[in-house]
Amino acid sequence: MALFRQCPDTGLFFHKEAENLMKANAVAGVVCLLIAGTLALLVVLTRWPAVHLLPADTFYMVLTAHGICALIFWVILFEIAILYFAGSTLLRSRLATPRWACAGFVLMVVGAIMTLAAVFGGNSSVMMTSYVPMRADPSFYLGLILFAVGALIGCFVYLGTLVVAKNEKTYEGSVPLVTFGATVAAIIAVFTIASGAEILIPTYLWSIGYISHIDPAMYRVIWWALGHSSQQINVAAHVAVWYLIAGVVFGARPMSEKVSRAAYLLYIFFLQLASAHHLMTDPGISSEWKIFNTSYAMYLAVLASMIHGLTVPGAIEVAQRKKGLTNGAFEWLRKAPWGNPVFSGMFISLVGFGFLGGISGVVMGTEQISIIIHNTIYVPGHFHATVVIGTTMAWMALTFLLIPVLFRRKMILPQFAKLQPYIFGLGMSMVAVFHMAAGTLGVARRHWDMGFAGNPLGFEYPATAYLLMGIAGIGGVIAVTGGALFVIITVGSLIFGEKLQPEAGLLQSFGVPLADSAYSDEKPARLPMAPAEAVEADHGEAGFEAPGTFILAMVLLVSFVIYYFINWKYLSEVWGLA
Amino acid sequence: MTSFMPPAQKNWWNVPVGRQEIVWIAIALVWCLIMFFMMPYWHMYGGQNISNEGYRVTPVKYQAKVNEMIGKYKVREVGAMKTPVVAPPDGGDVYLMARLWQWYPMLELKKDVTYRLHLTSIDWNHGFSLQPVNINLQVVPGYEFVLSVTPNKAGEYTIVCNEYCGIGHHTMLGKIWVKE
Amino acid sequence: MADDNNTDERDDEKISPWQQIIDNPFLLLFIGVAMPTVFYTLWGVMEVATIPIAPY
Ligand code: HEM
Ligand SMILES: [Cu+2]
Ligand SMILES: [Cu+2]
Repeated sequence: MALFRQCPDTGLFFHKEAENLMKANAVAGVVCLLIAGTLALLVVLTRWPAVHLLPADTFYMVLTAHGICALIFWVILFEIAILYFAGSTLLRSRLATPRWACAGFVLMVVGAIMTLAAVFGGNSSVMMTSYVPMRADPSFYLGLILFAVGALIGCFVYLGTLVVAKNEKTYEGSVPLVTFGATVAAIIAVFTIASGAEILIPTYLWSIGYISHIDPAMYRVIWWALGHSSQQINVAAHVAVWYLIAGVVFGARPMSEKVSRAAYLLYIFFLQLASAHHLMTDPGISSEWKIFNTSYAMYLAVLASMIHGLTVPGAIEVAQRKKGLTNGAFEWLRKAPWGNPVFSGMFISLVGFGFLGGISGVVMGTEQISIIIHNTIYVPGHFHATVVIGTTMAWMALTFLLIPVLFRRKMILPQFAKLQPYIFGLGMSMVAVFHMAAGTLGVARRHWDMGFAGNPLGFEYPATAYLLMGIAGIGGVIAVTGGALFVIITVGSLIFGEKLQPEAGLLQSFGVPLADSAYSDEKPARLPMAPAEAVEADHGEAGFEAPGTFILAMVLLVSFVIYYFINWKYLSEVWGLA
Repeated sequence: MTSFMPPAQKNWWNVPVGRQEIVWIAIALVWCLIMFFMMPYWHMYGGQNISNEGYRVTPVKYQAKVNEMIGKYKVREVGAMKTPVVAPPDGGDVYLMARLWQWYPMLELKKDVTYRLHLTSIDWNHGFSLQPVNINLQVVPGYEFVLSVTPNKAGEYTIVCNEYCGIGHHTMLGKIWVKE
Repeated sequence: MADDNNTDERDDEKISPWQQIIDNPFLLLFIGVAMPTVFYTLWGVMEVATIPIAPY
């Protein structure tokens, strides 16, 4: 018999086993973020030329660990928690095969420890991309494989939960939009992880001597089907989190279920093709393949993101206007709850992802423009805007939302929680913008010494590049401060936060079930469809329901167009290439 | 409250879409198509494109080519390592090799002359990053990249390695001089 | 509550085929894996596999 409890504050139903798995995955994820953030400080202080903290070998080791721990472990562990939330909690369904889910979690943790141990063992400083024929310790690959298998199990448990919910008729009509977004994320994850298996298993066998040769160009093609698609999991999932938070904080409904879901459908069709943008300057591959794939087949997945960029804030605007905040174009935004870290975190994630991460990503993924950007520090600048400001901040906002609901603890240090998204968002934006700027001056990524000290050939980047890397360093320190604040507030709340339920003890914060009295074996009432609203019937004629959002969207588009052509202009000035 | 509840209509696909979304989708789609067609357009009319010419090659064969070129066109040597500097004939083939942790040999080119630049690595991945122009190419072992390059400004250029290639990565430099 | 009487009568037109696709996660899974496998991976692997041997 599946046991459920209902959160008295939100009305959400938690299946006991699902709840514990969510907690365990989320907590393990935050631990990884803590490690990754600590390493980030060391990395960014080394890349700040005036500080230049670590020696070279330690720097490359720490950078390898930072990338893996942040991008793979933190993001994916948390993603699994989101899947279980979207599948079980939002659908009021029991989780399919909790034992398998548990096994998946254990595999992920064991894999993560194994890989990190290999990196800190010192002979696996190969960066997360681990391009062959550079070789890491076999346990480096094996750990990643175990982690991936665990994550794959999580995805199938999620898909199984959809089946359970449907068969047991736990909801009416179609699944909620947020759950649909999570499904898209899970689907992309399946492709991603399959690609990972395709490349990491042979590489593991090669590292222990069973296979003599892995083709370095093949490796890059298949590795990026893993490496970039995993970022697309994040996009699909954090857009779902945006919709969720818009719904929770504002009671917002999607402007159009059809538009939002069709946009997600475009993701399924096209988003993963973009892995190709990592191979724009690789030898021997045809431009046809490059253009078709890097453009997600005519940029149809970019179209989808631009649609979400309108419909997420648009949904908020419509909800706010309904509450009477109708003055001018932006009263709805000015009077939004900027002191609530759930909202402010989500909104910074949305704006940062769109303006910094999105625009730069599409521009640099253009076949020819990649020539002036590939492997410069512009690239880390770009993806810290997507995966840190976009994904990580969305996860953080969701965590602030879930601490009382899932862990039944009140948040500590509310004044600091209020500030956290601003500190982290500001710091990370500085890192992103100034790394991108330094990249346009040619500064290399993954590089210990931009000064080339003692090198007889000698080379100096322009003085501005040093300044930019220094400012990025300051931004990094601010961001790490914001990240530390997040960890202190969340972990502190789990341990010291006021209990909202008497059983919510320390152990319950880390995945142990609440006392049985909290649960009942009564099946939750079926999740009804959302109440129909008159608006929907006539909004075909109503015209522009969210004018403020439309203005914002046009600002985004204009910035996009200008920035895009500026880059073509830069490109046209370099040496002729054909 | 509907983003996390089932849609209000069973048949949500048939609910009419607001004009605002339709207008935005149309604008965005046009922009997406413009961006798409910029790439083939630049192949036809632009001056900076990635060549598709590439070959499989072994280190031994490639090194022989490099040495042959050095033998014919070496003009001088530089530094304690006596790294050769090669001035290839106008329009000729130039063989540049990446290895741990050096770009070999150094080159002397002429402004506004087009060369066929060959590029490969004989060990790990490296990154050809020409500064200060900021041209960046991936150098993959076992594969020879062939590009036509036309320097458009005289001066001293440095090749930085911008693909991580082990502990000496940050020491890996090369030189190209472009003469009027 | 768990009876089968859930056919809400808000609208009972035929469900559009697009909606049927979107409501079917396993069909979507198939599409989502097949598309990149064909266009990115298989085509990409063919590209690399057909790179000729250097002519010298
Ligand atoms: C907390 C603040 C953070 C700071 C200050 C920071 C800073 C940096 C810096 C300076 C680099 C090195 C760039 C280079 O030399 O190539 C880097 C690399 C990277 N960071 Fe972060 N980072 C932070 C958080 C994160 C997070 C949360 C993620 C992922 C979710 C992340 C993902 C990565 C990845 C994937 C790399 C590339 C590693 C590689 O090149 O293999 N970072 N970061
Ligand atoms: Cu190198
Ligand atoms: Cu290198």
